[in-house]
Order: sequence, then C-alpha cells, then structure tokens
Amino acid sequence: MHIDPIEQFQIRNLLPLFNIGGHQIFFTNSAAYMLVILVLVSALVIGTTARRAVIPGRLQSITELSYEFMATTLRNSTGTAGMKFLPFVFTLFMFVLFSNLIGLIPYSFTVTSQLIVTVILALLVFFIVVIYGFWTNGWRFVKLFVPKGVPVYFLPMIVPIEVMSFLTRPVSHSVRLFANMLAGHITLQVFAAFIIMLAGYGILGWFGAVLPFFMVVILFALELLVACVQAYVFAILTCIYLNDAIHPGH
Amino acid sequence: MAATNAHTEAPAGQGKFPPFETQYYPSQFVWLVLTFVLLYALMARVAVPRIGGILAERSKRIADDVAAAQQLKERSDAAHAAYEKALADARGRAQAIANTTRESEAAAADETNKRLEAELHERLAAADRSIASKRATAMESVGAIAAETAAAIVERLVGKAPAAEDVAAAVHNLPKR
Repeated sequence: MHIDPIEQFQIRNLLPLFNIGGHQIFFTNSAAYMLVILVLVSALVIGTTARRAVIPGRLQSITELSYEFMATTLRNSTGTAGMKFLPFVFTLFMFVLFSNLIGLIPYSFTVTSQLIVTVILALLVFFIVVIYGFWTNGWRFVKLFVPKGVPVYFLPMIVPIEVMSFLTRPVSHSVRLFANMLAGHITLQVFAAFIIMLAGYGILGWFGAVLPFFMVVILFALELLVACVQAYVFAILTCIYLNDAIHPGH
Repeated sequence: MAATNAHTEAPAGQGKFPPFETQYYPSQFVWLVLTFVLLYALMARVAVPRIGGILAERSKRIADDVAAAQQLKERSDAAHAAYEKALADARGRAQAIANTTRESEAAAADETNKRLEAELHERLAAADRSIASKRATAMESVGAIAAETAAAIVERLVGKAPAAEDVAAAVHNLPKR
C-alpha cells in the first residue's frame, strides 16, 4: 500500500468544453469544487436569510455573524468610505473559507491549494486597489509610496522600497494562503499514511499506529483553525490593501 | 522498487508538482472567474443588501423598543414622584393637624389645670381660714374650760367658789409654754 501525499492536489480533466486561444478548457475536479463552494455559500447566505427573521435561527446567526465579522473588519480598516467593498470582501472571505473547510473533508479537493487560484484572487485584489486608487485619488494615489514625516533626503531610498513592497503584495498575499493549505494537507496525508503503513505490520504495528492517529486528530484540529484563520487573514489583508486605495496618504 | 516509484508518480504521468502544472491553469482560470463572479453577483445583489436590511431592521426595532421602554420608565418615574409628593404632602398635613390639635389640647389642659389649681388654692385658703377661726374659738373655749376646771378644783379644795373674774385672770396670767 502506497500513499502519495501530492496526489490530492492533482487536477483531473473530467470533460472537455471549448477552446480559447489554443487552450482547451475542461470541466475539472477543481471546477466541480468551485461550483460546490458557490452552491453552499449561496445556500447558507441566501437560503438562511430568506425568512428575514428578526430573531435569527442558528443558521441565520452564522450568516449574520460572518457578515458582521467582515463588516466590522472592513470598517475598522477602511472606515465607512470602504463599505462599498463589503460585497467583494464578503464574497472573497466566504469563498476562501468554504474552500478551506470543504478541503478538510477526506477525499475532497481544496481549491485554495492551487497556486493559480490564490494568485488570481490576489491579483484581483491588487488590480482593484490600483485601479480604484487612481480612479478616486488620481495622481495623489502615488502618495502611498511617500510615507509622511520622512526626511526628504531619505525619500530616494524609501520610495523604491515602498514601491517594491507594494508590487510584491500579490505574491505574499497569494502564497501565504496557498502554502498554508498545501503544507497542512500534505502533513495530514503523511501522518494518515503512517497509520496505514504501520497497521500493515501486524499487531505491533496496530499499537504503533495509535501515535500517528492521535497526531492526525491534533493536526486536524490545527488545520481547522488554520482554514478559518487563513480565510480571515486573506480578507483582512484585502481590507488593509483597499484602505490604501481609499486613503493613500497613510 | 521501480514499480513503487512508478506508482508514486502523479496519475497524469508528468511527475510534476500539481499546483505548478501550467497546463491546467486556463481551465482553473475560467472556472474561478465564472464561479467567483457568479458568487459576487449573488452576494452583491441579494445577500449583502438583505442581511444589511435584516440587521438594520433589528437594530431599529431594538432602538424603538428601548425608546418605548425609556418613555414608559419616565412615565412610571413621574407617577412614582407624584405619589411620593402626595404622600409627603399628606404626611405634612397630618403633621400640621396633629401639631395644632396637640397645641390646642395642651392649652386647654393648661387652662383647666390653672383653673383647678386656683380653685384648690382658694379652697385651701378657705380651709386654712376656717381652721384658724375654729382654733381661735377652741382656744377661747380652752380658757373657759380651764377657768371652770380651776374654779371646781378651788371649790373642792377651799369649799368656796372663787369669783369668776379672779379665776379667769389667773388662767389668763398663766405663763405660756
């Protein structure tokens, strides 16, 4: 028996659909899970609020808590001026959160463990920040790269650093989520594989397998935390970046 | 060993790390854009306004209820204050009535006392006077009795009754003790 911890990230082309610029587009397992996320998030958020109950039930409370959580996070970062980005930030948060949580179900697929997915999301945030920043502030947006209170003779040194840190944001933003999901799932899979390998060695192996079993239980709890925390981190970084677009003067 | 290694390879057979396999990027890109835009549309059009509405209505409802409760509390406070005031007024009036009653009663009692005292004094004085007069009368009688007794003793001793004036003078001249 052999278990490959990388195999869980494999994309499978399930159904060829159409061709764009020489690229064949497939319906993949990843696409299937994206649809699952779409359906589940919609079902939770829209389904549970259908009754518009003033006194919420449990599921409606979950929806409202998520909404208020994001609304508070966004308001704290950007003030009321940024509240028009609430649908975007909320969508981003719910998408990433559900992707991370669904990925923890054994044999399932984690959409956010795909680098291309997190990169697209991070670039989306990046371009929204750049475009909205120039749109609303015009050239004042470049004040973002000139921190207040820095002596003029430092600026030739500071400004390139600020520009660099701004440009590398999508990298850190996307790789953080991707790497967390990837590493967590690989670790879980490796320890789970230990259980099966040890159990294959007979009675003694069964006792030995208890150790990695508890490890998997503990790691699973940790991964549950990581799944939520990383979704939150992704969302709060988005809020902080959006604040730069709304209030570029630091 | 070779068989195991072959098995370790990804099923697609490239042996590359799946997240870095660029051949799947176009499909992922298309589906991510599709699902994310759809989800965004649903959230922006339906979910966020609806939840915002629910929360706004709830907070309005709570604010209204709190305001109503505040109003009721103010009314109850006012009623309580009025009650307290009425109670205090009544208590004050009762106190005043009690005071005046007590004073008038005390005055009346004083007057009665004085009257009775005066009356008693008068009676006492009358009694004193009558005692004094009776004593004086008695004292006179005592002189007469003493004279009679002395006359009788002298008659018995001497055999002859002395003159009444003499006896009276002698009794009168007895040294007073």
